[in-house]
Amino acid sequence: MSSLLSVKNMSINFDTPRGSLEAVRGVDIEIPAGTSVGVVGESGSGKTVMCRAAMGLLQGSNVKRSGTVIFDGHELTAMSKEEVRNLFGSGMAMIFQDPMTALNPVRRIGSQLSEGLRVRLGMSKADALVRSKELLELVRIPNAAAILKSFPYQLSGGMRQRVMIAIAIACNPKLLFADEPTTALDVTVQAQILQLLRELREDLKMSMVLVTHDLGVVAGNTDYVAVMYAGEIVEYAPTTKLFADMRMPYTEALLDSIPKIDHKSGTRLAMIAGRLPDPTDRGAGCSFAPRCKYAQEKCHKEHPELKKDPDGHLYRCWFPIGVAK
Amino acid sequence: MSKISFWLQRIAQLLIVLLLVTFGVSLLLRLLPVDLATILLPVASEEERVALRAELGFDKGPIGYYLQWLGNFVQGDFGKIYFSGGTEEVSDHLKEAMPRSLLLMIYTQILALVIAVPLGVLSAYRSGRRADKIISNSLFALQSVPGFAIALILVIFLGVKFGWLPTLGYAPISDGIWEHSKHMIMPVISLSLGLIATYTRLLRADMITALREDYVTMAASKGLSDSRILWRHVLRPSSMTLMTSAALSMGGLIGGAIVIESIFATYGVGFEIFAAISGRQYIALQSSVAVIALFYVFFNLVVDIASGFVDPRTRDRRVNA
Repeated sequence: MSSLLSVKNMSINFDTPRGSLEAVRGVDIEIPAGTSVGVVGESGSGKTVMCRAAMGLLQGSNVKRSGTVIFDGHELTAMSKEEVRNLFGSGMAMIFQDPMTALNPVRRIGSQLSEGLRVRLGMSKADALVRSKELLELVRIPNAAAILKSFPYQLSGGMRQRVMIAIAIACNPKLLFADEPTTALDVTVQAQILQLLRELREDLKMSMVLVTHDLGVVAGNTDYVAVMYAGEIVEYAPTTKLFADMRMPYTEALLDSIPKIDHKSGTRLAMIAGRLPDPTDRGAGCSFAPRCKYAQEKCHKEHPELKKDPDGHLYRCWFPIGVAK
Repeated sequence: MSKISFWLQRIAQLLIVLLLVTFGVSLLLRLLPVDLATILLPVASEEERVALRAELGFDKGPIGYYLQWLGNFVQGDFGKIYFSGGTEEVSDHLKEAMPRSLLLMIYTQILALVIAVPLGVLSAYRSGRRADKIISNSLFALQSVPGFAIALILVIFLGVKFGWLPTLGYAPISDGIWEHSKHMIMPVISLSLGLIATYTRLLRADMITALREDYVTMAASKGLSDSRILWRHVLRPSSMTLMTSAALSMGGLIGGAIVIESIFATYGVGFEIFAAISGRQYIALQSSVAVIALFYVFFNLVVDIASGFVDPRTRDRRVNA
């Protein structure tokens, strides 16, 4: 299967007063056309930065990037900003975590939604507004005509997220980056939004990169999962395979930290002790070693490379789970 | 609360402000340890002074005096300026001075905003880079030169050396736009340079904050050009501090431009007040201050209304509060 997006050896560093901050370290990832790939990791693991960098949205003079990104046959990393911009909307689009802050607070929904249509597809103002109304209906917003005239702050969180999805899919993108699309929403609305994304993906034949810290969200919504830790991909496998037969202790720890319904009340919540390593000072060994319950001496001294099972399952661990030594 | 009742309440608040300001000034006059009638009529008989006290209400208590002054003021009677030879109406003076001051203020604000907004946008967009450093440093230098110094430099070069512009006086619009502008250019530049620096820095700071917002990244992800993002998405939500600052500087520009008005002999309200103080024309002083307060409050109301259009959140927040 051909890759719609292929990221090779991407590293992103931020210059900070404390030194260079390594947000993403040598990430390789392939998004096969027509699939949905989950990127999972805790806050600060580099998943958002990775996505924004893949799309070329990281701004600022303090950003150092390396590696190549190839989208749909275009080598984005070799193209000018304007050329990459021409792929936005109809090629790639992104939905953001917090629909409150990702919509312009002072502009009406209609103008924010029709803007992409007019700039990218060259629609007339009237046509764009008609299409905007259809898009709002497509994301199941009732009373679309009135919503077009509203400001973001007049809508609920779930509605705002639907509007953002409508903006992202407006020009029929091939690849949708969904950066924690449900994190800011309450649980019932989360389910509705995920359902909507699933349906839209099928109807519009979009591929999707779903960034989340919630393995539960990944489970029903993705074909592949990449687990990120401290700026690296530490495990990559088809979703069903990952849940059935994980290799990486970090993935196991993430899964264990989800509360189970059959736990007795009063059970302590499982958690991963410790914190992410300092991103300005990555140690020599495995990044997860200090928090890993299986860690041995080697883990603290040598940095593990990604290993590949014959079936394509990737992991970054000296002593993977389920592999006889 | 509906929008109409909100604005009625806002206008009522402003009226209260006006009453307090004018009453304060009025009270100050009564607290002066002098006999106002003697000051206004230094060479006059006791009978004339008694008549004046009765006419102006000096014989009443402070509140009685204020109410009488207020009654006259709202009917357009701003009192008189007293000379040894007779009197002149304060309203005639203000009728002459007010348009000068208002036009000076409006031109100054327009010039300052027209220059400061693009500079602020540019320096926020290029923040930390060379263009930003050049803009910020030159504005900082400019801001530390007082307006009168700039005025004098302008007079020396544009007025005296090259002789392009008249160095003194004022020409009303009825004398022709060109004649009018020639007299206004130098005072307006002198007044606006300091404001340009202030406005640019305020806008730059707010825009840098706004540029870090998710909605800017969102706009970029739609494939919009940088200039469209800056002008259509970032400028409006970043302009509230700028608008507030512009509103606050209006009072200063109407009544406080005395130094510039004197240099260019553009005798506006600031100069009227200066003349009233030095000539101890207390009635003229009181009425002039009241007129300035009136305009100040009016322009702030206009900015209030405008800010509701610039940022609809403030409008609804106020209405729903």
